Amino acid sequence: MTDDEFTAYQALADETDDHRWAFGTGFTDPLEGIDTTVPDGINAAALAAYCLMLGDDALIYSHRLQQWMTRLPELEEETAVANIALDLLGQARMLLARAGRAEGAVLAGAGRGEDQLAFFRPEHEFRNVRLAEHADADFAQLAGRLLIFSTWRLALFTRLRDSADPVLAAIAAKGAKELAYHRDYAAQWVVRLGDGTELSHGRMQAALDALWPLVDELFSTGTVVTGLPGVAADPAGLRAEFDDVLAAVLAAATLDLPDTAPLAQVAGKSGRDGVHTEALGYVLAELQSVARADPDATW
Amino acid sequence: MVTAMTADVPAARQIAEAVADPELPMLTLADLGILRDVTSENGHIVVTITPTYSGCPALREIARDLQYRLGQAGFAGAAVRTQIAPAWTSDWITAEGRRKLHAAGIAPPGAAPARTPPRGPVPLNLTTAPRDRVACPRCGSLDTVQTAAFGATACKALLRCRSCDEPFEYVKEF
Repeated sequence: MTDDEFTAYQALADETDDHRWAFGTGFTDPLEGIDTTVPDGINAAALAAYCLMLGDDALIYSHRLQQWMTRLPELEEETAVANIALDLLGQARMLLARAGRAEGAVLAGAGRGEDQLAFFRPEHEFRNVRLAEHADADFAQLAGRLLIFSTWRLALFTRLRDSADPVLAAIAAKGAKELAYHRDYAAQWVVRLGDGTELSHGRMQAALDALWPLVDELFSTGTVVTGLPGVAADPAGLRAEFDDVLAAVLAAATLDLPDTAPLAQVAGKSGRDGVHTEALGYVLAELQSVARADPDATW
Repeated sequence: MVTAMTADVPAARQIAEAVADPELPMLTLADLGILRDVTSENGHIVVTITPTYSGCPALREIARDLQYRLGQAGFAGAAVRTQIAPAWTSDWITAEGRRKLHAAGIAPPGAAPARTPPRGPVPLNLTTAPRDRVACPRCGSLDTVQTAAFGATACKALLRCRSCDEPFEYVKEF
């Protein structure tokens, strides 16, 4: 192969087998070359479960944002939302890969890969919060939901930078920088719409009221978190920072803090336990259909 | 065929440093500050790079390009590893990289400040203006406005100059 022959197509295609290049072959392991040994004293099974939760949040949320592509009000929002979705997908890939490696440490073999986890798990095995699977009814919900999600996740990731698992700490330190941009983007839109016209104000308030039932679940501490002292961050400890940020944004936006009641759980279970709203089934049907139609495809 | 003895590492490093970034092709990997290390292990060159953003789709192309260029120079079987900590910051773009960005009509980033401080909450930014005024790379005017917080790639935002009316890209402080 000469220099001239080294084209973009060549880069997309596997050198030995390029007939499936349209799938985007050979995506490398997102943790290639990184030491993923689970440190002594950390419960590997709990670490796998925890990374799966945080990875599923990002994977499902990213897909919901991708569904907005070509439907946003202006080109600038298309690029913004696409970039945010891409950042979250990158976080999801690293976290799912981390979950798979930790799972491998439990099984004393190879854990599942990121694709296996993303495309071949049934709905009840997904551990994302129910906020992540919500389908935004309008742009106000997109902005409001992103404000809630990125404020919460940023507060979480800033704490996880000190995690006793160095891989999780590194993923969080990187992700926190991205989430700060996501939160600013969402907050600025909430202010523009809330402090805008009578119509935009009303729709922004209605969006927050509709989303608020999904907020409490973000701060509930489960057994996975309590089994990972020094590794996981207790969601309950994020509430004060979340409330402060929301209060600042809503004040600037002349919006009221919603007081709608939390969405009911099912026998005490919710997203982190694999109990979801019907919205997740629709996301997975779309997200997984191609991979399931051709399980042997190389991705 | 060169075997990658320790003495060859500087030569391999030179090749790796000169590989172009696929999304900002006016910059080399050295200019962009994503090349972490070049070493030799068991007779093979190992290049360590760091992603700019978690979802950066260029990373794989960069790895391929590195292996191809090193292979051309006789360093067969070079391995490319990623390193995510410490996270990449736009501060790692070199002075030469900044000069090349400016020459290509892209405003280079200012210093990445305590946007994500090592401890405590990250300050909220409710204004759409970058913290410092960004100079138009064409006319030098500081009378510029942001038109979009995200651009064609994750690392850039879109701005417009109100003096010469031209839109331009800006590498975000990150």
